Amino acid sequence: MDPETGLEGRWRLHPQVALRPERFGALAYHFGTRRLSFLKSPRLAAAVRGLEAAPDPTAACRAAGIGEGELPSYRRALATLAETGMIVPARGAFLSDSENNSPRQVAA
Amino acid sequence: MRLVEEFEAGLEAPICITWELTYACNLACVHCLSSSGRRDPRELTTAEAKGVIEELERMQVFYVNVGGGEPTVRKDFWELLDHAAAHRVGVKFSTNGSRIDAAAAARLAASDYVDVQVSIDGATAAVNDAVRGPGSFDTALGALERLAAAGFEKPKVSVVVTRQNAGQLDDFKAIADRYGAQLRITRLRPSGRGADVWDELHPTAAQQRSLYMWLLEHGEAVLTGDSFFHLSAYGEALPGLNLCGAGRVVCLIDPVGDVYACPFAIHEEFRAGNVREPRGFEGVWRDSELFAELRRPQSGGACGSCGHYDACRGGCMAAKFFTGLPLDGPDPECALGHGAGLLAARGAEATIPAPAVDHSRVRPAAGPARGRPAPVKPSPGRPARAGGAAAARPPAKVCDEDPLAEFLAAGGAARSAAEA
Repeated sequence: MDPETGLEGRWRLHPQVALRPERFGALAYHFGTRRLSFLKSPRLAAAVRGLEAAPDPTAACRAAGIGEGELPSYRRALATLAETGMIVPARGAFLSDSENNSPRQVAA
Repeated sequence: MRLVEEFEAGLEAPICITWELTYACNLACVHCLSSSGRRDPRELTTAEAKGVIEELERMQVFYVNVGGGEPTVRKDFWELLDHAAAHRVGVKFSTNGSRIDAAAAARLAASDYVDVQVSIDGATAAVNDAVRGPGSFDTALGALERLAAAGFEKPKVSVVVTRQNAGQLDDFKAIADRYGAQLRITRLRPSGRGADVWDELHPTAAQQRSLYMWLLEHGEAVLTGDSFFHLSAYGEALPGLNLCGAGRVVCLIDPVGDVYACPFAIHEEFRAGNVREPRGFEGVWRDSELFAELRRPQSGGACGSCGHYDACRGGCMAAKFFTGLPLDGPDPECALGHGAGLLAARGAEATIPAPAVDHSRVRPAAGPARGRPAPVKPSPGRPARAGGAAAARPPAKVCDEDPLAEFLAAGGAARSAAEA
């Protein structure tokens, strides 16, 4: 449960999003919306990669080594990624899978 | 390190590349940045092009901006499009619309992994055809009509802003809206044949100011390929990356496989290598000396002391190069007017770097293209080449505190730099 951002439960990268490691963190590109996001910290990238294995986004942040003091800004970053469709609730996987026949889909 | 510095230091792979598939073109636009016309016999074969696509997939280059020439005149165009889709490389291709018949439109509508940009350079046939040739306006609109009829969603209408069409921005928007398209407007560069007409066609200072206000008003609804970042010196930054990405986050592959720092710099000074080398495209991107130089920390040069340098970062490297201005000084269209002064001061004895590659069927100097009076006037002064790639000091501006930055790539936010 994450009262601050409303991000509850298990999340994951949208199946049409590609995540490319960079020195500063990662680049995320959504082949559906053509949106590009810069994940400006390796730990944010790690948290995003670890979303599906964690019970909720806050746990994914902690697993990525993000300290309590930094949690708010990282949770806000995840909330932004959720708003732009870069990450989706894992329980919604069934729905988003229906879009997945397109060759542009790239799982990270 | 700030994000902007990370970008300036170069990415592991380009965010996107521009790939001119062929120098062949059935039009002869007076401002063609690649001086296209005739096919080059050394152009990449189908197998070689497929190999490049596979390399782009391995490097996770998210998408390619395909152009030319007119890319659809390549016999294997559709085959390459399918190959890119199968290898998870997004394609946005630019076309004059001449090959987009009903069947092509239906095919494109059925594949949701391709973006299409139809070029017009006037909101009326008169303004457009003076630059792109007779009948080209109707051809482009016909293609947009067929795309709409086939159910193709949201194509782009791509416009290069000139002195003649700068007053038609609202009309361009209306045309795009009529076909359910998105408007994309980009900067006229003095590259390729564009060098011959730039003096006459580039927007006036007053037009630039109006353009800037218009862009601010429309925000992300209008795409720009981030090509107007030099105008950010007027005040508020425009949407997008606001940095020159040449050799850092973008680059160009030309039809014969040569890799250049950006689509507007087809010149030996900016050639990093060739995809046919044993090291491949990936090796050229990672190891070329030119790109290493472009990725080194920069100072503002003559612009360093200007209060607006942080906004415009000195502007466009290619625009300076092909107007004969020093690369570490102001952009020829500097919002503060510093470029105009330098242009006026160019000596008549000096020379402007000529394009090293020219596939024009008819050079403007040898006569008007397609038998029409074209607004062509070779640039007067020929200033000495001032500074080469080694002196390049491209600009950049992306920074904030959040661990995340968001951009719409469709506009080429990333391409920014890049595009095309």
